[in-house]
Amino acid sequence: MANAHPISEPSPASAFYVTEEEHHGSGGGTLLGFWIYLMSDALIFATLFATYGVVSTNYAGGPGPRQLFELPLVAVNTAMLLLSSITYGMAMIDMEAGRKRATQIWLAITALFGAAFIAIELYEFSNLIAEGATPQRSAFLSAFFTLVGTHGLHVTFGLIWIAVMLVQVAQRGLVPENRRRLVCLGMFWHLLDVVWIGVFTFVYLLGALR
Amino acid sequence: MSPTDAHAHGHGHGSSRGYLIGFGLSALLTAVPFWLVMTGALGSVQATALWVVGLAFVQIVVHTLFFLHVNTRAEGGWTLLALIFTVVIVAIVISGSLWIMYHLNANMMHMGSGGPPAGS
Repeated sequence: MANAHPISEPSPASAFYVTEEEHHGSGGGTLLGFWIYLMSDALIFATLFATYGVVSTNYAGGPGPRQLFELPLVAVNTAMLLLSSITYGMAMIDMEAGRKRATQIWLAITALFGAAFIAIELYEFSNLIAEGATPQRSAFLSAFFTLVGTHGLHVTFGLIWIAVMLVQVAQRGLVPENRRRLVCLGMFWHLLDVVWIGVFTFVYLLGALR
Repeated sequence: MSPTDAHAHGHGHGSSRGYLIGFGLSALLTAVPFWLVMTGALGSVQATALWVVGLAFVQIVVHTLFFLHVNTRAEGGWTLLALIFTVVIVAIVISGSLWIMYHLNANMMHMGSGGPPAGS
């Protein structure tokens, strides 16, 4: 601990970091570190998918996916998330070109699509619960609500993050720190879309076939 | 912005063309499985399931390349290495759980008086 103290002294540390940054580009190790966090997040989803896969036919005499899932609603939901991915891509392109206003607009559109996704998901959940298909009903429904709910929670935190970035970009512009944050947020957002591919395929589409 | 910034983003977050190609492929790879399941166009449930799962894997690859920009150059290859490691662990966790629990379930059913254990 005593050894760590001199490193936090301002002048030698900043000189050290500047040399590092030139080698690794913007963000230094941040982008790789964030990527490794995302991979660990993918492992969380893997365990939830595995749990769902194991108990997905344990209905406890309750309703199964065929009675519960409305594919047209899921298709609309999927479209919302897919559209939010392309609009975030547009925000990235404008960010790299240094167009602050356009970046903010695309970020706001992304947030709207994300909010629409969450709204539709909550509507679906409330319908299921009103029908008596609560998480307590069966192992299948417990696993379903845990998996889809964890994904929804991630999207919700992504929305909060977008709101924070809109404030930061408005206040400080597209400075290197904000660009780095936006790249991390982009990776987070796109990874959630990848997880959703797994959800709509293995939970909804294969569920409807069962 | 400054030349340093332009250089810093040299590892690439895609062009608008790249995003549009990715989006086009992704839209197609989403629409086709939904259409297959909702219309039952293939007739057989098993064939539909295989196609749906196959298209999902293709779509995950499309998203990884066009949206997450994973390639052999980003961060000196460490991004790709971390991804490969994660994919291996994900495959082991999911297939291992399903394999073990399927056999466990099948064996429990043989021994009991018909009903599988708690929870089903």
